[in-house]
Amino acid sequence: MLEIKNLRVKVGNHEILKGVNLTVKAGEIHSIMGPNGSGKSTLAQVLAGREAYAVTGGEVIYQGRNLLEMAPEERACEGVFLAFQYPVEIPGVGNTYFLKAALNAIRKHRGLEELDAMDFLTLAKEKMKLLEMDDRLLTRSVNEGFSGGEKKRNEIFQMAVLEPRLSILDETDSGLDIDALRIVANGVNALRSSERAILVVTHYQRLLNYIIPDYVHVLVDGRIVKSGGKELALELEARGYAWVEAEAQAATAATA
Amino acid sequence: MSTSTNAIEALANQEYKYGFVTEVDADTIPRGLNEDVIRMISAKKKEPEFMLEWRLRAYRHWAKLETAEAEPTWANLTYPPIDYQDIVYYSAPKPKKKLNSLDEVDPAVLQTFEKLGIPLEEQKVLTGVAVDAVFDSVSVATTFKEKLAELGIIFCSFSEAVQNHPDLVQKYLGSVVPYTDNFFAALNSAVFSDGSFCYVPKGVRCPMELSTYFRINAADTGQFERTLIIADEAAYVSYLEGCTAPMRDSNQLHAAVVELVAHDNATIKYATIQNWYPGDKEGKGGIYNFVTKRGKCLGKNSHISWTQVETGSAITWKYPGCILQGDNSVGEFYSVALTNNYQQADTGTKMIHIGKNTKSTIVSKGISAGHGQNTYRGMVKILKGARGARNYTQCDSLLIGDKCGAHTFPYIEVRNATAQMEHEASTSKIGEDQIFYCNQRGISKEDAVSLIVSGFCKQVFRELPMEFAVEAQKLLSVSLEGSVG
Repeated sequence: MLEIKNLRVKVGNHEILKGVNLTVKAGEIHSIMGPNGSGKSTLAQVLAGREAYAVTGGEVIYQGRNLLEMAPEERACEGVFLAFQYPVEIPGVGNTYFLKAALNAIRKHRGLEELDAMDFLTLAKEKMKLLEMDDRLLTRSVNEGFSGGEKKRNEIFQMAVLEPRLSILDETDSGLDIDALRIVANGVNALRSSERAILVVTHYQRLLNYIIPDYVHVLVDGRIVKSGGKELALELEARGYAWVEAEAQAATAATA
Repeated sequence: MSTSTNAIEALANQEYKYGFVTEVDADTIPRGLNEDVIRMISAKKKEPEFMLEWRLRAYRHWAKLETAEAEPTWANLTYPPIDYQDIVYYSAPKPKKKLNSLDEVDPAVLQTFEKLGIPLEEQKVLTGVAVDAVFDSVSVATTFKEKLAELGIIFCSFSEAVQNHPDLVQKYLGSVVPYTDNFFAALNSAVFSDGSFCYVPKGVRCPMELSTYFRINAADTGQFERTLIIADEAAYVSYLEGCTAPMRDSNQLHAAVVELVAHDNATIKYATIQNWYPGDKEGKGGIYNFVTKRGKCLGKNSHISWTQVETGSAITWKYPGCILQGDNSVGEFYSVALTNNYQQADTGTKMIHIGKNTKSTIVSKGISAGHGQNTYRGMVKILKGARGARNYTQCDSLLIGDKCGAHTFPYIEVRNATAQMEHEASTSKIGEDQIFYCNQRGISKEDAVSLIVSGFCKQVFRELPMEFAVEAQKLLSVSLEGSVG
C-alpha cells in the first residue's frame, strides 16, 4: 500500500529525514518510535502533504501512485488520513458541518453520492458511540474550546467517519488519560481490516498495549535504525533509546 | 513564504467578472450643481413647496461646506478629489434594454446567479429579460401592496410618499439625519432622486420581510437614494435592502441617506447586502459609497437593529447608528465587511445612549484580502442621563494574505458612571495550518477559505433573514473565489 524509498526531507537548510525506507502492506499496523527530534512528526506531515517541508530525495509510492505529486486534499480523498498531534481550531464552523463537508468531498472524489444531513447525522451518531463522545461536541465549533483529550478523540472520531485506507496517528496518545487512551484505541482498532493500514507515531509504548502493532520501527536522527515486532516496543520502554542510538552509531562506523 | 501564501494571494487576485453596465441616456439634466438644478429636480418630481424649501436649505448648507473644503477627510480612505460639478444630478430611471430570454445574458453572469442560488424568475428580472405573466414584477408588487394596505402599512417609493403622504414626510424627513449632519447627507438632501418609504401603524406587525419586492426593484435604485421607515407604537417591520446579485452602475458616486424612527415598543430590523462594482484588480473604477444611515429609538422599549453584509464598492464610508432616546431602548449593529483587491472600507456604527437603561450591541467582522483595507470605526456615547446604559462591542478582523490591512478606531465616551461597557477586539489571519487541516480532510483550498470565512461571520449571518443568510454566505465565497490554489 505504502512504499517509502530513501526519503530525504529538509526544513530550511536543516535535513531532518536522511533516507527513510519503509514498506507498509494493507492490513498491517506499523509503529514508528523514537526520541524527540528524530523526525517522526516530520515523516507524518510529509506523508500528509504539508508544504513547509522540502523533499530533497527519494520517493513515496501509495497504491501505485507517486504520493508526493498529489495535493494534500487529493491524498485525503484517496484515503490518506492524518490524526494531528495538534488539531487545529476553526472558530464558528460546526464540527458536524465540517466533517460532513469533508466526507462529501471525499465521496464526490470517489464518484459516490453525497450524504444528506439526516444520513450523515445517523452515521456520525453511530461513530460517536464508538468513541464515547459527548453529543455536544457535534454542535460546537471544530476543536474550539475542546480539552486536549477531546481534541484527540475528535480526530479519531473523524477518522472513524471518513474510513481512510491509510491512517497516520501522530502522537495521538499525548495528552490522554488512561481511560481516554483505551477509548481512542478502541476507535482505532475498530478500523482494523485487511484493506487498511495504520501508521502509529509515538514516543511511548503504552498506546501499543491497546493498539498492537505488527511492526515497530525506531527512527533516530532521520533514519530508521531498527525494526522488529511488537516486543521491540517493550524493550524500548524498558531500556530507553540510548542503546539503539549506540547500536546505530556502531553500525554506521562499521560500514564507513 | 510557502505555496499556501501564494495560493491565498491568488485567491485575493480574482477578478470581478460579473455585473452589468447600464446604458444611461435621455432624461437627464446638465452636469453640475446650483440652485437652478435643485429647482429643476424638485419641479420634475412635482414636489410640494416644503420639499423644495428643504432641498434648497440643504443645498445652501452643502455649498457652504464645499467652499470651506469641508468634505470629511478623517476617514481612513484614499481617493482622488471628487469634482462635484462634473456630476449629473438627475436622471430619471430608465427601463433597461429588454432581452427576450436568458440565453442573451452573459453566461458568466448567469453562473454567478447560479452560485448565489437566485431563482430563475428573479434572474430574469435582474437582467432585464421580459418576464411572463406568472411572475410579472408589477403584479407581484400589486398583490404585495394590497396585502400591506389592508393592514394600513404604507410602503412605496419616496416620490410617491411625497405626493400621497406629505404630512408624514414633512414630519419625519430629516428628523434623524438632518441635512446639517454631514457633507454627504447635505448633498443627498439637496439632490436625492428617490428611495423607499415605509410607515407601519400602531400595533401592526408587518407580516412579511419587506425584501422580495424590494429586491426585484433594487436593480434600478438611483445614485442619491433616500429611505425613511417609521414604526409607530408597538409596530414591527423587517426590511432588506440591496441584493446579492452583482450590481454595476455607471454612477461612481453614491451618497444615500436612510432614516429609521421607532416609537414606543416598536421594532425595526434593517438588513443590507451590498455588492456593487468594486473596481478592477488595479483598483480602477468602482463605486464610491458614502452613506449616512441612522435610526432613532424615539420611544421607550423600542428596538432598532442594523445588519449589513458589505462586499462591493471601491470605497465604503458608512456608519449605521442608533440614537437610543427612549428609556430601555435597544440598538444593535451586526456587520460583515469584506475588502479585496484595492477596495477600502471605513465602516462601523454610532450608538448614542440618551435614555435610561438603554442597551447596545455591536458585532463587527472585517475581512481583508488582496490589498484591501478594512477599518472599523465605532462610537459609543453614554450621555449624562443614560443611567444604567450598557454596551457590548466586539470587533474582529480576519486577514487573508499579507498585503491587506485591518484597522480599528473605537471611540468611547461615558458621562454616566453607572454605565457598563465591554469591548473585545481580535485580529487573526487565516492560518496555513487551518487550511492544511481542511485539505487533509479532503476539502479544497477554496472551500477551506470559504468555510473559515463563513465560520468567522456566523454571528452576523444568523441575524439575517433565513434565505439571505444562505445567500450572503454564498456571496462571500463568490467574492473570494479563485483566490486560493
